Amino acid sequence: MADAHAKNHDYHLVDPSPWPAVGAAAAFIMAVGAVMWMHGSTWAVMVVGLLGVLYTMFMWWRDIVKESHKGDHTDVVSLHLRYGMLLFIASEVMFFVAWFWAFFDASLFAGDVMQPSRVDATSGVWPPKGIDVFDPWHLPLINTLILLTSGTTVTWAHHALLNNDRKGLKWGLALTIGLGLLFTAVQAYEYAHAAFAFNRDNGGNIYGSTFFMATGFHGFHVIIGTLFLIVCLFRALKGHFRPEKHFGFEAAAWYWHFVDVVWLFLFACIYVWGSAGVQLVEH
Amino acid sequence: MAHAATAHDDHGHPTGWRRYVYSTNHKDIGTMYLWFAIFAGIIGGILSIMMRIELAEPGIQIFHGLAAMVYGGEADASIDAGKHMFNVFVTAHGLLMIFFMVMPAMIGGYGNWFVPLMIGAPDMAFPRMNNISFWLLPPALGLLLISMFVEGPAGAHGVGGGWTIYPPLSTTGQPGPAMDFAILSIHIAGASSILGAINFITTIFNMRAPGMTLHKMPLFVWSILVTVFLLLLSLPVLAGAITMLLTDRNFGTSFFVASKGGDPVLFQHLFWFFGHPEVYILILPGFGIVSQIVSTFSRKPVFGYLGMAYAMVAIGVVGFVVWAHHMYTVGMDADTQAYFVAATMIIAVPTGVKIFSWIATMWGGSIEFRTPMLWAIGFIFLFTVGGVTGVVLANAGADRSLHDTYYVVAHFHYVLSLGAVFAIFGAWYYWFPKITGYMYSEAIGKAHFWIQFIGVNLIFFPQHFLGLAGMPRRYIDYPEVYAGWNMVSSIGSYISAFSVLIFLYGVFQAFARKQKAGDNPWGAGATTLEWTLSSPPPFHQFNTLPVIR
Repeated sequence: MADAHAKNHDYHLVDPSPWPAVGAAAAFIMAVGAVMWMHGSTWAVMVVGLLGVLYTMFMWWRDIVKESHKGDHTDVVSLHLRYGMLLFIASEVMFFVAWFWAFFDASLFAGDVMQPSRVDATSGVWPPKGIDVFDPWHLPLINTLILLTSGTTVTWAHHALLNNDRKGLKWGLALTIGLGLLFTAVQAYEYAHAAFAFNRDNGGNIYGSTFFMATGFHGFHVIIGTLFLIVCLFRALKGHFRPEKHFGFEAAAWYWHFVDVVWLFLFACIYVWGSAGVQLVEH
Repeated sequence: MAHAATAHDDHGHPTGWRRYVYSTNHKDIGTMYLWFAIFAGIIGGILSIMMRIELAEPGIQIFHGLAAMVYGGEADASIDAGKHMFNVFVTAHGLLMIFFMVMPAMIGGYGNWFVPLMIGAPDMAFPRMNNISFWLLPPALGLLLISMFVEGPAGAHGVGGGWTIYPPLSTTGQPGPAMDFAILSIHIAGASSILGAINFITTIFNMRAPGMTLHKMPLFVWSILVTVFLLLLSLPVLAGAITMLLTDRNFGTSFFVASKGGDPVLFQHLFWFFGHPEVYILILPGFGIVSQIVSTFSRKPVFGYLGMAYAMVAIGVVGFVVWAHHMYTVGMDADTQAYFVAATMIIAVPTGVKIFSWIATMWGGSIEFRTPMLWAIGFIFLFTVGGVTGVVLANAGADRSLHDTYYVVAHFHYVLSLGAVFAIFGAWYYWFPKITGYMYSEAIGKAHFWIQFIGVNLIFFPQHFLGLAGMPRRYIDYPEVYAGWNMVSSIGSYISAFSVLIFLYGVFQAFARKQKAGDNPWGAGATTLEWTLSSPPPFHQFNTLPVIR
């Protein structure tokens, strides 16, 4: 009890921070703005809120990087961060469960006799009558290969980092980012050439809903993962990562692998299985 | 080396409003959660009293006048607006009590305060993220309250679809912005809970003091651990479901549009895949609280500690595979219903382990009937009543006639209003001396308990009779035949409201009289680590980690 304030443990007692409250206020503005926008009013309020959220993220994570450099991230704190990232990814997995659930509800039970109006709409088959689906062995396969390759390049970057090969780290990261951007570009091209609609007012039905929302949320996660990797590239260029301590990079790599695995399930379920036995049309 | 660099940061912590708004301290954040829960609970309580005033007699009593008052117009011309407003109150009462009262009180409030103290940790694993978990709640509550004052169905205000927000009533049925506000409110409250869940899991797994193995952890910590796993894995599914609602409403998707191949029942599956774990999220921390209180005031360790811990784990696991017992009437095939009946009844086994172990803990103990103990025993008794009606409802056949009747309302209020809320009040009296440093008045606490006990039983026990007689829930009016028990139920709610005033007076009185509580007011029965600290504990405790033998 000589000095009650002396800290004899390795935990990180974080300094007070304005960002949680600022972020929450920005989220409120964004939500109110989103309702305004969805009901025909201006989108400006939502964008202001969004900018506030992005600003909060930037400042908050900048603080974390600073704390890391100060030495606050001891071994046990690094372990916290690992747990945190893994659990966050677990929650993300459950988010995708909802979209897969919607897809399987629609595809497995397209001909459910208990749902006559669904049978009317789909003719009781999947994909529903009148839907020209994508050939899975065309652009979707290319995108699968792009993502799988990006999984190898990010691993290359990781091993380069572990072996203190700075050049390999930067190239591996840059290539991964490039492949991520390429994936997004191919997906945008694919969306633009879809022969089925998203909006039910444009003739869309449950096929377009499950397809675009499941692959769309995945695409959104690819963009987030790409941004995460871009941040890591900037940090690598500034020499933030050391062979023995680089959790920021690992978190980005874990996230990237998660995005990769979700895609494999989307590819197998929605593109391949979801088009099985269908006459494919060239787009 | 790292210590030298950061040691000076621990000294000057901010004061005034910054202490709370910028907080990274689990106790300050826990305190904010508790005040927030009291605030939301009072609003949710007022809504319920209004509903009971309305339901005291057949016919429309007050809601046409209320609608005229709030939304403008003449009372006599506001009958339809009043009917919708009643449904808005039903919806808001449910959402408020679940997301903004019980969860913030149990997980945010007591969890934040006592998980680190009980495992011998200086704070939570992510102190700053802890604060955004709290600060996301006021915006979420704000969005929900806004929703009550903007257009829901054409020409009426607010969301009237019940807390379960089933489509198509929540899509084409209420096209106005009110539902979108409510959806985004749930999104934000959900994000808050997911972040909190990540924080608690990491804290409990990584920050236990030396020697504090998982099998030595107090049962309250076990209960929070199981609870936050349920949150982490169930809330994202709800987020997906309400995102589908949002896109069906505003962006032209067809998830729940039957004529476009969608399926309204899909929403119910997704909702209850979250919703059933959610009801265990509401009650499991109560299990933990009751275990601590019963052990303390029986001066005995909990009977069957490991069985108690793993019973909660079992309830959590099985809780994920019983969701469709909320949906027996949607037209599932008989085999599926049979599965959900069986799986649901199995939950009675670990729950029975808990009930009997609490009784066995008291058995032969030197029991002291202080206020927290009264609440804990009240919990055990009333939760058992709610559990037994739950087994009745688990039967798909019986549920044919009981679905959406007041029998269901009585059942879930017995486990929540009389279960979870009793645990919250028990914890309040149990930990109030530790949190504030002041002793509450035993006389006021006991008066609060007995009056509330009588009040809530008067409200909800007659609702079993109403439900068995076929009175449907979520209606503003009912036939004459139900008048008697409805009047009893309403009188119960007035008594219960009065008891809440006694509670609030007790809080005020304790702060006014400032009677010092001492480090451990409960004596030898209170064995967990928080009682080794001062009351209130220092701003940062366990700067030197305790060692548990």
